[in-house]
Amino acid sequence: MKKLKSVVALKQFQEGLLAEQKGIKKSIAICEGTGCHAYKSGAVADTFENEIRRRGLEGRIIIRRTGCHGFCERGPMAKIFPEKVFYFQVKPEDVPEIVEATILKGELVDRLLFLDEKTGKRCAYQDEIPFYMLQNQVVFGNNFMISPRSIEDYIAAGGYSALAKALSTMSPVDVLEEIKKSGLRGRGGGGFPAGIKWETTRNAPGDPKYVIVNADEGDPGAYMDRSILEGNPHSVLEGLMLGAFAIGSTKGFVYVRQEYTIAIENLPVAIEQAKQLGLLGENILGTDFSFDVMIHQGAGAFVSGESSALMSAIEGRVGEPRPKYIRTAVKGVWDKPSNLNNVETWANVPLIINNGSEWFRSLGTEGSKGTKIFSLVGKVKYTGLVEVPMGVSVRQIVYDIGGGIRNDRKFKAVQTGGPSGGCIPEKFLDLPVDFDELSQVGSMMGSGGMIVMDEDTCMVDVAKYFTNFLADESCGKCVPCREGLRQMKRILTDITEGRGEPADLETLEELGAFMKDASLCALGQTAANPVLSTLNYFRDEYEAHVRDKKCPARVCRELIVFHIDPRKCSGCGTCRKQCPTNAISGDKKIVHIVDQEKCIKCGTCFQVCPARFSAVTRLPGGPAPAPVPYGTAVVQKAKGESK
Amino acid sequence: MNTVTLKINGREVTAKEGTSVLEAARSLGIDIPTLCAYEELESAGVCRLCMVEITRGKKTRLVTSCVYPVENGLEVQTETDRVNNIRRMLIELLLPVAPSGPINALAKRFGVEKSRFKLEGPKEAPTNCSLCGLCVRYCEQVKGEHAVGFLGRGVNRKVALMADKGDECAFCRQCYSLCNSGRFVEMAEVFPDQP
Repeated sequence: MKKLKSVVALKQFQEGLLAEQKGIKKSIAICEGTGCHAYKSGAVADTFENEIRRRGLEGRIIIRRTGCHGFCERGPMAKIFPEKVFYFQVKPEDVPEIVEATILKGELVDRLLFLDEKTGKRCAYQDEIPFYMLQNQVVFGNNFMISPRSIEDYIAAGGYSALAKALSTMSPVDVLEEIKKSGLRGRGGGGFPAGIKWETTRNAPGDPKYVIVNADEGDPGAYMDRSILEGNPHSVLEGLMLGAFAIGSTKGFVYVRQEYTIAIENLPVAIEQAKQLGLLGENILGTDFSFDVMIHQGAGAFVSGESSALMSAIEGRVGEPRPKYIRTAVKGVWDKPSNLNNVETWANVPLIINNGSEWFRSLGTEGSKGTKIFSLVGKVKYTGLVEVPMGVSVRQIVYDIGGGIRNDRKFKAVQTGGPSGGCIPEKFLDLPVDFDELSQVGSMMGSGGMIVMDEDTCMVDVAKYFTNFLADESCGKCVPCREGLRQMKRILTDITEGRGEPADLETLEELGAFMKDASLCALGQTAANPVLSTLNYFRDEYEAHVRDKKCPARVCRELIVFHIDPRKCSGCGTCRKQCPTNAISGDKKIVHIVDQEKCIKCGTCFQVCPARFSAVTRLPGGPAPAPVPYGTAVVQKAKGESK
Repeated sequence: MNTVTLKINGREVTAKEGTSVLEAARSLGIDIPTLCAYEELESAGVCRLCMVEITRGKKTRLVTSCVYPVENGLEVQTETDRVNNIRRMLIELLLPVAPSGPINALAKRFGVEKSRFKLEGPKEAPTNCSLCGLCVRYCEQVKGEHAVGFLGRGVNRKVALMADKGDECAFCRQCYSLCNSGRFVEMAEVFPDQP
C-alpha cells in the first residue's frame, strides 16, 4: 500500500475503491462477532466462499466476514446486499440453497427469514423485523459494510473522511467546539460531557498529553464496546485521532481487556494498515499532525476500568485506583494530562465531525444526545445489541425490540448499569432511558448493560450476585469497599439461606450509605447500588426471606421446598431414579414422596417430572405439606385424561 | 514556597502549599485518627479514618484529609457527627478482622462498644491485619525493597512476605514497629529469637 500524502489522495483512494466495487453485483455480509462466532459462523463463511468458487462467481460476488449485526440470539446471520435480505440461524448446509435461490435467482429462502410471532409473517428485510424497527444504528450500522481487517472497506464506507475534514478545514479548537456543542456524554459510566473533559486536558499544563481508549468493559452481560472494537476498529481509531488533534496529543493508548481476543487480533491489524496508508504516524495526510497509538492489554481486573486504576496499569503498576483530588484529565499517565473515553464515545466522534453537531443534537433527549447501544440480555425473547436514540422507553426496548418476556412470564425488573447500577421495577417501564432519568430512579446508564428479569428472578439473589461479583473484583485497598462488601455479602448470604434477622435490612442500608460516602473510588461509592435499589423497590421480597423464611420467586435453595403433589403423581418413577441422593421413595403406581431430610434441592425431580403430570412443585418455603403414608396408590385417571 | 491560610475547627492555620489537611491539623495539635498515614511515606488514603468535612463557599463535602491539599480560605471540621459516624462504622468493620490492640483503642475512643459484624466461612478468620499497607509501602518507599506485598484483591486481599526476599526480611524488621494492628507484634512473639 502506498502512503496517502494528502487529503486529496485519500479522496482519490476512496473513489478508486468505489469504482472497483461498481462491477460487483452482490455482496454477502456474514456476522463474525463474538456471538455468531460461537455459533460457528466461520464455517458458514467458509462454505459461502467454497460455493462461490465452485460456481465460478469469484470477483462478482464479495463475501465479507464482518463484525456484530446485533441480533445475537438468532446467529449466525447473513445479510445479502443490495437487496438487504436478512437470513438467520444459517447453517453451512443452507449455503448452496441461498446461493442458488437468492444470489442467482433473486428468490427468498423462506425458512431462514425471521418469523414474526405476533403476525405470523416472515420478514425478509431488516426494516420489517421488530428487533430492528425502532433501532437507529448510527454507530453500529457500518458493521454490515466492513470487514474489520480491511481498511479499504472502512475507507470505501466513508472512513477517515472526518479526519480528513478536520485536518484540512478545521482547527483543533473547531473540533473541540463541535464536540462540546454536540453534547456528547461519555458512554462508559458517569456520562460526563466529553467536550469539557477534552478541554480540561487541552488546557492542562504538561507535555506530552495522552488520549486513551477505555476498552476494559467488564459489566456482566455487557458487550457493546467489544462488538464495536471487534467489528469496526478504525472508527475508534479515527475518533481517537480526532480527539488527539483537538487536545494537542500525539500519543494514544488503547487499554483493552485481554479476554477480548478477537479485538486483540483485529486491532493491531487495523493499526498496521493505518500506518501503511499514512493515516497513523508522522505527518498524517501530509499535514503537521502526527499521532501514534499503542495497545495495552489488561490483566483481567474489573476495577482497572476506573480511570486512575487504568492509568496506573498503563504505567506498568498494579491496576488499582489512587486517591485523587486532581483529575486524571489534568494529571493522568505519568502525571501528564490524559483524556480517557470509552470505546463507544470515541466511535461517535467521527460521526459528529462528519455530520455536524446539529445532526447529533437532533437525536436523543434534552440532556442526553445521540444514540446509545445497549446489550439487551436476560429473560427477553430477543437478545442482542440494540442501538436506539436516547429517550426510548424501557417498555419499547423490552417489549417492542426485545419481543417481551420469554415463555410469556411476567416482567419484574430490568437491571441497568452493571454492578454499579440498579434494578428498575415495573412501575418505571415508561421511563425514557437517558443518563439523568436512570440516575433519578437509583440506577445508572453505565456502559449500557440491560438485564431483563422476570417473576422467576429473586431480587435478593440478584443483589447477592452483584455483591459477590464486586467483593471479588474490588481492589480491596480501602476499608469501606472491602470490609463493607465482605459484610454485605455475608448478610445477603444469611438472608438467602434463612438466617436473616429483621435488623439486617437496616444494617444493609446503613452500610450502603456509608460506602457511598467513605469509599476511595467510584467502584466502592456505587458498590451498594444493587442492594440499595432492590431494597428500595423490592423490600417485600427481602422481608419474605427474613420474616417468613420464604423465597417468593422460588430461587433460594436453602429456603424452597420440593414437594410431590399426591393427586398428580402417576408413580412413573422418573424422579426417583434420577434423584442424586435417593431422597425420593415410591413405586410403580404408588405416590412418590420426597424425604426433606435427604433432599439437597438440586431441582432434578422438578425438571424431569413429565410435563403431562407436572406433579413436582417448588414451594417458596417450608415446612413441606405432611407426606401421604407410604404405599398410597396413585389417583387413577380416566383414559385420555392428562391432568 | 507559597503558604496558604485555612481554618481547622475554627482555628486559623498557615501551611505550605502542597501540604495535606491532615498535616496542617496535626501542626495545631488536632488529633485526627489514622491507620495508614506515616510521615516518611506517601499518603495512600486507604483507611479512611482521617475523613473530614470541608466547606468552600456554600458547599460542604467529605474529603480524605491525608491526601487533600490545603487551600486558601478552606474551612475544615474534623469531628462532626457525619465524620465520626463514618469512623465508628470503619471501626465496627475492622473489629472482627483485627480485634487486638490499636483498633480496640480506637473503638474505646469513639465509643464503639460492640461490632454488629462478624467473619464467617472457612477462609474468614481474624488476621489482626487491617491491610493499612504501612509495611508494604515502607518496604517499597523507604527500604527500596519489595519484600512485603499484597496478594489477591477484593475481600481476598492479604499482606504476604515475598519468599525470595527472606534473607533481607528476617533481619530488617523495621516495619514491625509501624504495624497498627498487631499482626507483626504477633509474629515477633512467635519468633522471639530472631534479631
